[in-house]
Amino acid sequence: MSPLSNSSDPKPESRREAANEDRAASRRFRIRKVVDRFFQILSVLSAIVVISPLLFVFVFLLSSGSSALTWDFLTQLPKPVGETGGGMANAIVGSCILVAVATLVGTPIGVLGGICVCEYGDPRLRLFIRFIADVLNGVPSIIWGIVVYSWVVLRMKTFSGLAGGLALSFIMIPLILRTTEDVIRLVPSVYREAGLALGLRRSQVILHIMLATAARGVLTGILLAAARVAGETAPLLFTAFGNRVWAAHLQEPIAALPLQIFVYAIAPYPDWHRQAWAGALVLLALVFCMSIVVRALTRQKSP
Amino acid sequence: MNPFRRDPSSDALRPSARTRSLTRSVGIGRILDRGFGILVTAAGISVLALAALVGWELYRGAEKAIGRYGAGFLVSSHWDPVTGRFGALPFLYGTLVSSAIALLLAFPLSVATALSLTEFAPIWLRRPVLTLVDLMSAVPSVVWGLWAMFEMVPWLRQTGFPFLQRVFGWLPFFQGPIYGVSLLAGALVIAMMITPIVTSLAIEILRSVPPTLREAVWALGATRWEVMCVGVLPYARSALVGAGVLGLGRALGETMAVTMVIGNRPDILLSLFAPGYTLASVLVNEFAEATSEEHLSALFEIGLTLVVVTFVINFLARLLIHNVPLFFAPRPLPTQPMEMHR
Repeated sequence: MSPLSNSSDPKPESRREAANEDRAASRRFRIRKVVDRFFQILSVLSAIVVISPLLFVFVFLLSSGSSALTWDFLTQLPKPVGETGGGMANAIVGSCILVAVATLVGTPIGVLGGICVCEYGDPRLRLFIRFIADVLNGVPSIIWGIVVYSWVVLRMKTFSGLAGGLALSFIMIPLILRTTEDVIRLVPSVYREAGLALGLRRSQVILHIMLATAARGVLTGILLAAARVAGETAPLLFTAFGNRVWAAHLQEPIAALPLQIFVYAIAPYPDWHRQAWAGALVLLALVFCMSIVVRALTRQKSP
Repeated sequence: MNPFRRDPSSDALRPSARTRSLTRSVGIGRILDRGFGILVTAAGISVLALAALVGWELYRGAEKAIGRYGAGFLVSSHWDPVTGRFGALPFLYGTLVSSAIALLLAFPLSVATALSLTEFAPIWLRRPVLTLVDLMSAVPSVVWGLWAMFEMVPWLRQTGFPFLQRVFGWLPFFQGPIYGVSLLAGALVIAMMITPIVTSLAIEILRSVPPTLREAVWALGATRWEVMCVGVLPYARSALVGAGVLGLGRALGETMAVTMVIGNRPDILLSLFAPGYTLASVLVNEFAEATSEEHLSALFEIGLTLVVVTFVINFLARLLIHNVPLFFAPRPLPTQPMEMHR
């Protein structure tokens, strides 16, 4: 009850009215509180619903994948069709090679492109590049597979690790470009002005001040992009193609973990299914490690 | 003015060795600086070249099919590589319907989750849930597909779909035989994959709502829910819709997981329990096996269609997201879920 309402007016009638009003108000208030509580519970419930699939996937992979996750699985080549056993060693190494190639190709272009969008050139051109990068970020990953297939694979006349790495790097470039741009924009512009006032050249200001200040963010962006492409299957289907033995060099088909998981999953052999689950467990562990490193990097930045 | 340039005839002002080396380094520095500028611009231009490459390669590949079928490609529903008839309508239908259902499921859940993580949930709960949402967006598509194929689809076949049929069986969408692999299963997987993305976007948007708005409504004695309704949501509405549309763009391009559970049958059926097909999954299944030139060309045109559809949707999303603040000082929102700002 409000303490203010019954103190001022001496007449009994209006006092009664005020009391009625108070009761009505408190009833309304109770209803409002109930509604508030209802939506609070609803929103927390929806948060639980949203994250529950992740827990399902976890439990599923741990319960069915861990039995197939043996030392052999990590160190052996796949056995011929029909024989049980064998592992995915070549796929695990192949995935690492593909991501490394993609990072080597994608990082310089992505970071320099990000610098270009922030610092260089005609403002309209910069906006346009940025817009195109956003468009490229929205391109479905399977499209990159097709584009690289008709651009590289058809010309080289063979599926290759090079083509696979290139397809992944094409996904990384716009991702890295946008994060680089965002973190460089966060650097206060007084830093740049101080550098210029000291007589540094533009390239020196960018490399030694802007990029150095934003280094952690840029690294985060690169790692995020690498983690993203490490799990990509679609662009590798028609470029890296997969391989059941070790690839001797980058100009022949190479195995990749996501690809192997997909092939094993849609095959009709139970032993392959178990290996696909184990492979998914390894892939998930890899990707999660990368994102945990990313989180550690970003957490230190703003304690 | 260059301070190092002096009258060369004057002996007193002859540059010392130190100054000479400085001048030289300035000269080299200028060349390096110019080179760096060219390098950076080249990197920027190469991004444009990349976009041109996508357009060109897809168009070149699809040229034959475009010439042969014209606009009829998109409205014909016959897809038969054996007899050489190609129409993309079943795939277009499957893509649009599965994505739309996914968005319908994911959007309210995502916004509610974002609300709970920014406003409602107890503080100690927020960070762990946020971490889980972030991890969820890192799960590869093929892993989702694997789980969906071996756990979700059997469960849907045994329990989920029969239940839906019992309750909503009077609707044409929930009639017909149950196979498990279906348009609806595909939509569910897509929904799981886009929720983390839409959620983290929505969190960014809700955080960017000016605190004064919230405080003003608090000061009027509103409850938390009323603060949301009156203060926060109307302000963030168009940006939230934009986040949803961005999620739709992602949904359209989801490939592997969908291919593994949608059933891959190029028919247009009203029932959501019936197998379907999407633009992306037909590429996965048939691209490597296409032998005839027409088939390959038709697949390239499917790819082109997919790119155009996602482009339009993403463009729409960007318009919505960036037009958020109409009468407050505009604060540009990051278009990617950025972790750095936290």
